[in-house]
Amino acid sequence: MAEQKMVTFIIERQDGPDAKPYTEEFDVPYRPALNVVAALMEIQKNPVTRDGKRVAPVVWECNCLEKVCGACMMVINGQAKQACCALVEDLEQPIHLAPARTFPVIRDLLIDRTVMFESLKKIQGWINVDGSWKVHEAPRQNPNTAATAYEISHCMTCGCCMEACPNVGPQSDFIGPAPVVQAYLFNINPLGEYDKPKRLEALMQKGGITSCGNSQNCVRACPKNIKLTTYLAQLNRDVNIQAIKNIFNN
Amino acid sequence: MAKAATNVRIAVIGGGISGLMATLKICEAGGEVDLFSYCPPKRSHSLCAQGGMNACMDTKGEGDTTYTHFDDTVYGGDFLADQVAVKGMCEAAPGIVEMFDRMGVPFTRTAEGVLDLRNFGGQKKKRTVFAGSTTGQQLLYALDEQVRKWETKGKVHPYIFWEFIKIIKNKNGVCRGMVAQNMNSMEIKAFREDCVILATGGPGQIFGLCTASTICNGSAVGAVYQQGARIGNPEFIQIHPTAIPGTDKNRLMSEACRGEGGRIWVYKDGKPWYFLEEKYPDYGNLVPRDIASREIYDVCVNQGLGVDGENKVYLDLSHIPADYLEKKLGGILEMYSEFMGQDPRKVPMLIYPSVHYSMGGIWVDREHNTNIPGLMASGECDYQYHGANRLGANSLLSAAYSGTVVGPVSMAWAGKCAKLKELEEWKAKKDHGESLMPAQEKALEGIDALRQELGADLTDGELEAARKECADEFEHIIAMNGKENAHELHQELGRLMNKYVTIERVNKDLDFCFDEVKKILARWNDIGLTDHGHWANQEALFVRQLRNMILYALVITKAARMRDESRGAHFKREFPNRDDEHFMKITIADFDPKTEEPIISYEDFDHSLIKPRARTYGSK
Ligand SMILES: Cc1cc2nc3c(=O)[nH]c(=O)nc-3n(C[C@H](O)[C@H](O)[C@H](O)COP(=O)(O)OP(=O)(O)OC[C@H]3O[C@@H](n4cnc5c(N)ncnc54)[C@H](O)[C@@H]3O)c2cc1C
Ligand code: SF4
Ligand code: SF4
Ligand code: FES
Repeated sequence: MAEQKMVTFIIERQDGPDAKPYTEEFDVPYRPALNVVAALMEIQKNPVTRDGKRVAPVVWECNCLEKVCGACMMVINGQAKQACCALVEDLEQPIHLAPARTFPVIRDLLIDRTVMFESLKKIQGWINVDGSWKVHEAPRQNPNTAATAYEISHCMTCGCCMEACPNVGPQSDFIGPAPVVQAYLFNINPLGEYDKPKRLEALMQKGGITSCGNSQNCVRACPKNIKLTTYLAQLNRDVNIQAIKNIFNN
Repeated sequence: MAKAATNVRIAVIGGGISGLMATLKICEAGGEVDLFSYCPPKRSHSLCAQGGMNACMDTKGEGDTTYTHFDDTVYGGDFLADQVAVKGMCEAAPGIVEMFDRMGVPFTRTAEGVLDLRNFGGQKKKRTVFAGSTTGQQLLYALDEQVRKWETKGKVHPYIFWEFIKIIKNKNGVCRGMVAQNMNSMEIKAFREDCVILATGGPGQIFGLCTASTICNGSAVGAVYQQGARIGNPEFIQIHPTAIPGTDKNRLMSEACRGEGGRIWVYKDGKPWYFLEEKYPDYGNLVPRDIASREIYDVCVNQGLGVDGENKVYLDLSHIPADYLEKKLGGILEMYSEFMGQDPRKVPMLIYPSVHYSMGGIWVDREHNTNIPGLMASGECDYQYHGANRLGANSLLSAAYSGTVVGPVSMAWAGKCAKLKELEEWKAKKDHGESLMPAQEKALEGIDALRQELGADLTDGELEAARKECADEFEHIIAMNGKENAHELHQELGRLMNKYVTIERVNKDLDFCFDEVKKILARWNDIGLTDHGHWANQEALFVRQLRNMILYALVITKAARMRDESRGAHFKREFPNRDDEHFMKITIADFDPKTEEPIISYEDFDHSLIKPRARTYGSK
């Protein structure tokens, strides 16, 4: 019988938010189309390190396993990625896994992205409908604008762009590319447009769009291929126009 | 408008489409919600839904009607769904789409800016609204945004990364609270509530490999079943015909592929054989899921014609122009390329049926009350609307619709709780010799009936007792030191269920499976943990879930064993026909604490509107 090929994982672990990180190495049997989450599941079934030590299984977050829920983001060989669609055969081995340290680490690869959801409140990321009851027919929409909305609405709050952005982190209060660009999504909706000035005001505040240094890292990191920098640029223009309007209104 | 109830507190378990819809309705009516979820609602399983949602919008000049939608759903469900309930859902559907449209869902549109429609299985008219190939994601996000707005107003209290453990009943057997656990700090807490709504989604993980998310474990349903909630029609498990077989997950290839013209075939005598088109000329590749799955199974397993001798058939889109595919199916085709390394625009995809959806679930009445007063259920975890087989694109609808039903129902219930509190205050005053207004005196006459119906609020002692029971049980789990690994055991459970309780069911195999699952239940006691810590201990949480899953597996298996007929997704070669005389009845499963097995019984339901007819889909 041919010898079973093994894949080595070097995993950065951490027992709790304030604990010191350490690494452990695991071997996982190779199989075609093996992805990083599937490998972590194998470790769960037999949590023994390469040097034979039985340890607590590695902790991480995942749900959908098909790159739509955003949960499984981690740093794989130095890059922020979704683990469920990171195929082992496309990765250099041994494979290094680490938590995305832009966010507080809860345990091992599990991180706390609450801040991203909080930012969605700041930019008022919703259409201000009066209620879910019957009110009126929804307005027609230009199908091209709807297509742009569809693109941006794929954002799964994974945080890859946040991890990649040099300006997001403890050193700054920048809310980051994902929530900023979400403002654009609501601004181009025929009903959402009514609140556009409010959202632009929010983006003018500290930690808003002016904290973006235009380094373009985010757009390369986005697993959903959202043209982040295009919309950041557009928002920048919108914010400037709004600022001028504000001057005249005062 | 009636005076909004004050100080109403309702627990909603689940941040999928159904739970969020219910939450919105409660907030709009003036209530407050404790919202529990394994994950931020935005990551709930609902976002896996690709294909679309059914509603008679009739924007294609085909003369579609809500009655046809109703009829297709009842016929598709092989006459096992409550017809009055289904009718209500189909009539509400266009309004629900309109609501989502106002909330900003980026539905795919026609050139003139109105909602586009696509074909889906089991219906001859275009009735499915969609947002590219990520409809569920877009619908879920819209509700999530609205709920976030209510959160900023202080009306939604999110308990994210909290696991629901069980409900708490008062002395009258009324559900007035629940226990949950923080998945990071491991804190266990008991909550006093006016009522509890379960919207915890499907149980796919009981089968190990399935198209659902890893959090779709059915554990919450397993838990309340042990507390006396009845399960309806558990044996009806939908097997989706077209999934990419995987070792970690079977990834779904949406029915939209066939809706947009995809063809299923295998080689026979050296030539492509489009077996569905040949046998079902009226519906072709768009026969309902149970039929398509059975035919694929037959072609592969019985006729040995699977591609390369394996259990796989072709799903072919390569004849459709690439730019059309991109617009209509982009996301999922990308997924196929990503996970399989081949471009479905150029070569046919390789697919096989997979466990996908549960028609059965917690029994509810038309208002989504369970048999336990004060406990309601909505969404995939309930058993309503789909009968013996669900039509594609009907479950986003039932998830949303049931949320719109259960929200107001829970508010009415909470209103009664508030009323009782008020009456108790008046009563206390009166007992102290204060005089009441005549209207108050009159109202007090109703106090005994309300007391009887609702019982008392949970006392601090009762809350603490429930908390302690869960905490003790958890400490027991954390200390488990046996030989079995919980994840290995789960895999074994999944293999059994997948092998014996899916497309073709054989009575002697079901007996065997039932015994094997009971052995797994016994082996659960011999689980050993490697993580005995009290911080983010996912292993311990999983061990607790697994026990509920095993008990639910017994329910599915036993109910399948008892139903000696073939109907919808439930097929027995020994009993190939539908047997309306004996089995046009809802299966009811009650938990027997002595044996830990289900007790199966049957109940009548309302099928007065459409007369049952043979379900053939024009088979030749
Ligand atoms: C791959 C796939 C594609 C699909 N495509 C379609 C489609 O095109 N059209 C269609 O109509 N339907 C489709 N469906 C079905 C449909 O998506 C689901 O039936 C529906 O979304 C279920 O919604 P829900 O709100 O009931 O549950 P879910 O969205 O599953 O939400 C359940 C919620 O409960 C929470 N939860 C569960 N247990 C607990 C617990 N113990 N404690 C705390 N929280 C808990 C979870 O965190 C989650 O928030 C598809 C299903 C799959 C698997
Ligand atoms: S352009 Fe650069 S600075 Fe701006 S959000 Fe993107 S990565 Fe961050
Ligand atoms: S914009 Fe892209 S990378 Fe950033 S959170 Fe959204 S999906 Fe992830
Ligand atoms: S598990 Fe959902 S994106 Fe990876």
